[in-house]
Amino acid sequence: MSLTRQDVEGIARLARLKVSDADLEVYAGSLSKILAFVEQLSTVETAAVEPMAHPLAGEAQRLRPDAVSESNHRELYQRNAPQVEAGLYVVPKVIE
Amino acid sequence: MSLHTASIGELARGLAAGQYSAVELARHFLDRIGRFNPALNAFVTVTADEALAAAAAADASRAAGRAGVLTGVPIAHKDIFCTQGVKTSCGSRMLDNFIAPYDATVVSRMAAAGVVYLGKTNMDEFAMGSSNETSWYGPVRNPWDPSRVPGGSSGGSAAAVAGRLVPAATGTDTGGSIRQPAALVGISGIKPTYGRVSRYGMIAFASSLDQAGIMAPSAEDCAYLLGAMAGFDPRDSTSVDRPVPDYVAELATPLAGLRIGVLREFMGEGLEAGTGDRVREAIDVYRRLGATVVDVSCPKLPLSVPTYYVVAPAECSSNLSRFDGVRFGYRCENPRDLLDLYQRSRAEGFGPEVQRRIMTGTYVLSAGYYDAYYLQAQKVRSLIADDFRRAFTEVDLILCPTAPGPAFPIGAKVDDPVTMYLNDIYTIGANLAGLPAMSIPCGFDGALPVGLQLIGPHFSESRMLSAAHAYQRETDWHVRVPAAYA
Repeated sequence: MSLTRQDVEGIARLARLKVSDADLEVYAGSLSKILAFVEQLSTVETAAVEPMAHPLAGEAQRLRPDAVSESNHRELYQRNAPQVEAGLYVVPKVIE
Repeated sequence: MSLHTASIGELARGLAAGQYSAVELARHFLDRIGRFNPALNAFVTVTADEALAAAAAADASRAAGRAGVLTGVPIAHKDIFCTQGVKTSCGSRMLDNFIAPYDATVVSRMAAAGVVYLGKTNMDEFAMGSSNETSWYGPVRNPWDPSRVPGGSSGGSAAAVAGRLVPAATGTDTGGSIRQPAALVGISGIKPTYGRVSRYGMIAFASSLDQAGIMAPSAEDCAYLLGAMAGFDPRDSTSVDRPVPDYVAELATPLAGLRIGVLREFMGEGLEAGTGDRVREAIDVYRRLGATVVDVSCPKLPLSVPTYYVVAPAECSSNLSRFDGVRFGYRCENPRDLLDLYQRSRAEGFGPEVQRRIMTGTYVLSAGYYDAYYLQAQKVRSLIADDFRRAFTEVDLILCPTAPGPAFPIGAKVDDPVTMYLNDIYTIGANLAGLPAMSIPCGFDGALPVGLQLIGPHFSESRMLSAAHAYQRETDWHVRVPAAYA
């Protein structure tokens, strides 16, 4: 599996990453190498195998009651925000 | 006995006997950090003021008769654990300005036990790397040879402990990030069973693989601290509700009768001679100690690296989507519009290895490729876990090397991601299967330390630590300190 510059451009758009023209070539090379390396998985017979999403068999993730357990930390949390105003996160205008 | 070469047990006893105070101990290690860190680059942040205040509080609680075993013992935290009011960078420019608003459970549990943390250690960016070279804060140097890497991603913790800048440090392990650096700097490090230690407040990389653990010179040191970290946490939905054994008390479990499996697939091709020889010598020590040693085989295990490099990037691409330049972390200058804000904040905030993994993950999860890559990798993961399950019906512990060779020169593998990824070939399997595993020092290849890996069934930390302890009573590799740091 070999990726082109156009492929990388598409992946970068999905991943919300701005990749420069010069770097498109670099990533096309290294991503192709990685995909060629993982390609060996396709030779394994897995028709009767269940996929494994959790490393502990039989341990389901717990659910908790849908009840309020935290107090409001907005002010504290927004101290890490790049830009806030009146308790709201500020982003560039979305709707003209 | 000098303070920085004392074990955790000796420090605990010294504090209890009043030979020194927690403040004196903290100062001793802060002085060493001040002296040696400029050359090692093991710390991103040194929290001297906070540490001295915490040490004074530890001394006060001891004076009031409320001290626990670990009250006043100093450590360092990997900069992946949130520490309230202190920068938590995860080795990334993305979080260079991030002041954690709360403590990770590992941090708060250790603080409740009276442990004093002296700073936050350097690491590969978002724990993605095997050499500590992807950190925004620059590479960490190996105390045994400053031209070489300390391994990664917990490279700062590894170098800090190896140079005795701290008696122990926390780490995290997604594909070997505790064990491989422990091996490369000649210390012990344990990655517990998935779910044994809470991941709340530990910045996520690959959630079905990530687990927190501890790095220190000896297995006994690890036993002291793992007990303070482990246990159920309702704030982590993958945390397992099981009692935590007294790891220190159980260190004395006799080795006789232990069945050890030597992993055939990991003792041949690709293993450097100097490492293989040390591992075989360590296996002989176990035989002498009364263990039964047999060969075991996990035929699908060589597929663990390609499996990991589908599963881990997939989970990383999802986990790292939260870094959007809006709510916290880095934001680019003068964004044109919202899309530009996302794309440039992420491109400028993440380094190249993190971006490569995000894109790999995005690709293997994308429409049309999901079944071929991600689903297939999850099925191979099942086969790898089955191999281990079968092996553990025959043996109690598996032994193999931790890494194919000793520490490599800085810059040697940065240009080829696949070569770098293959350094984790012996460690990744335990993460895929959720098994506990540890690395202990077992000698030298020339002037560079070599690590022996122990892998056990789920929740066998106690057995593993006692087996490592039995080896360390017969050998002195774990007390060797690089000459410049002695």
